[in-house]
Amino acid sequence: MSDAHSNGKFLVGIYDDDDVVLQAVKDVKKAGVRIHEVYSPFPIHGLDVALGHPRSRLGIAAFMFALSGTITALSLTFYTEGFDWPMIVGGKDSYSPIIYVPIFFELTVLFCALGMVGTFLVSNGLGPTVKPLMYDLRTTDNKFAMAIDLSKNNIGEVDIEQILKSSGAAEVNVKQF
Amino acid sequence: MASAHAIPSLDEQFEFTAESKRRIFIGLGVGVALVAIGAYLLASGAGSHGHDAHATAHGAGAHEAHEGGHHAYKWTNRLWANVWLNAIYFTGAAVTGMFVMSYNYLAQAGWSVSFKRVSEAMPAYLPFMGAVVLAVFFIAGHDLFHWTHPELYDKASPEFDPIINGKKGFLNMPFYVGRIIAYFGLWYFLWLKLRNFSLQEDLYGGTDYYEKSIKFGTAFLLVFGVTSSTSAWDFVMSIDTHWFSTMFGWYTLASWHVTGLAIITLTVVMLKERGYMQWVNESHLHDLGKFMFAFTIFWTYVWFAQFMLIYYANLPEETIYYRERFSGYGGIYRTPFLVNILLCFVFPFLILMTRDAKRTHIILKLAAWCIIVGHYFDFYNNIMPGTVGEHGGFGPMEFGMILIFASGFVWSLYSQLAKANLIPKNHPMLEETLHHDI
Repeated sequence: MSDAHSNGKFLVGIYDDDDVVLQAVKDVKKAGVRIHEVYSPFPIHGLDVALGHPRSRLGIAAFMFALSGTITALSLTFYTEGFDWPMIVGGKDSYSPIIYVPIFFELTVLFCALGMVGTFLVSNGLGPTVKPLMYDLRTTDNKFAMAIDLSKNNIGEVDIEQILKSSGAAEVNVKQF
Repeated sequence: MASAHAIPSLDEQFEFTAESKRRIFIGLGVGVALVAIGAYLLASGAGSHGHDAHATAHGAGAHEAHEGGHHAYKWTNRLWANVWLNAIYFTGAAVTGMFVMSYNYLAQAGWSVSFKRVSEAMPAYLPFMGAVVLAVFFIAGHDLFHWTHPELYDKASPEFDPIINGKKGFLNMPFYVGRIIAYFGLWYFLWLKLRNFSLQEDLYGGTDYYEKSIKFGTAFLLVFGVTSSTSAWDFVMSIDTHWFSTMFGWYTLASWHVTGLAIITLTVVMLKERGYMQWVNESHLHDLGKFMFAFTIFWTYVWFAQFMLIYYANLPEETIYYRERFSGYGGIYRTPFLVNILLCFVFPFLILMTRDAKRTHIILKLAAWCIIVGHYFDFYNNIMPGTVGEHGGFGPMEFGMILIFASGFVWSLYSQLAKANLIPKNHPMLEETLHHDI
């Protein structure tokens, strides 16, 4: 995952077609340019592989959130029913784990779901007071944008612009944050 | 990326070799021999339990005694119960092939085309199982099904049972036999339709067969939506006539479905390892693994939902079902009860969890075998206590009967696979499946 809160000067290549941008990623990388990120209105198959992103760690995050839910449910039921205020309901032992399985399950799902919403907001730099970084507003509609961080490339701005253009970019803009 | 790989040739015929045939015959022979040994042991009394177990059983299962204990036990009951158990298990495995194929048509799924011929080959076993089910019902229905006794419905008889009498509208001989014929007839007829469309499509191409298959597949799903539940009641739940669970239809469907998926996965992996089906890539296997994983959890969900409500409500007429299995009959069903949960949930759940596991042949095979064996015990637990009670056990008879039915199933599967190209080469979704990439 790239850092959403970047500062500095970016070159943004705008593409019209998802197949073109997918090929462009390979060509631009071949030319020795480091790509900051590609923005698309929809997921492009194979783009993460082409960009060389490492495998997502979302699964691990989800598992950890889920586990925290399970632990919360276990401690909650054990503390209230097994320790603090034991009650006999329906002739069962006061702490009978089987009847709490739905609670374990529900809190696991709840913690996982809420945790993943939070992860989504944080990793995408979204939030009530955060101003979202937009390289080009049209990537929410029908354009594909490839952002190049100039400070992380040794190649000159003019050369990069030329590489982007020859890879099929319809236009190349400069974006300063 | 899958699209970067070369697409292998699509003309590929499975060869049912003489060597495979020989092995299946050996399996069948061993099965028959084991059943014969088991039958000899039971008939001569060596295989039955001693008097101690008998006495404990009557203590623990006292409530059940009046239901199970009023017709004399014969050793052949265990033989017929075994035949019934395996017939129901393999009926489910076979019909699941049709189920998988149908919902993939309805969903217009592309990825499943790569292994469609495997699921398509499975239901060919249905007519044999239908014949076995009907034969067992006519030969030994009286020993296996308490509700078939006419005196239960006779108000003048001391055996009159008002609860079972109340179920007379559903559980009576003509309706029951009619239903069984209808299940197998409908399932098999709809499968023949889909199979024919699929084979015709190989010859002539076009999308007509695909459109027709969607219609007949949907028809099957409508039929199966009802018959999967009612057949579960008929085949399994009616054995314990007094007891009922509204979860039972789903429960049996879940069990059949995950077994069928495990058989499909196992077959695909084995075919791939033997050099067939090179178009099946890691993404297909990953999806099959996800399928097994998901429906393992679904089965557990239904199992637990049924168990917990009965546990929580604590009504004697319901808890007797679990009491019989957990502590009744001298505790002989406790091991299969726990093995069932271990093999059907704990083990596949843990080993199939990661992404890499679902892409690894050996783990997929291990999980599939676990599920296949585990769900045998699922049906074992549901059928045996109600039919043979304290005379149950796991010996040569059980092993042998599994071997006989499994040999037949593999024979039927292989001969169907050999009849057609291993991939439907004119299927409209072919390109999608060849480039499946997740």
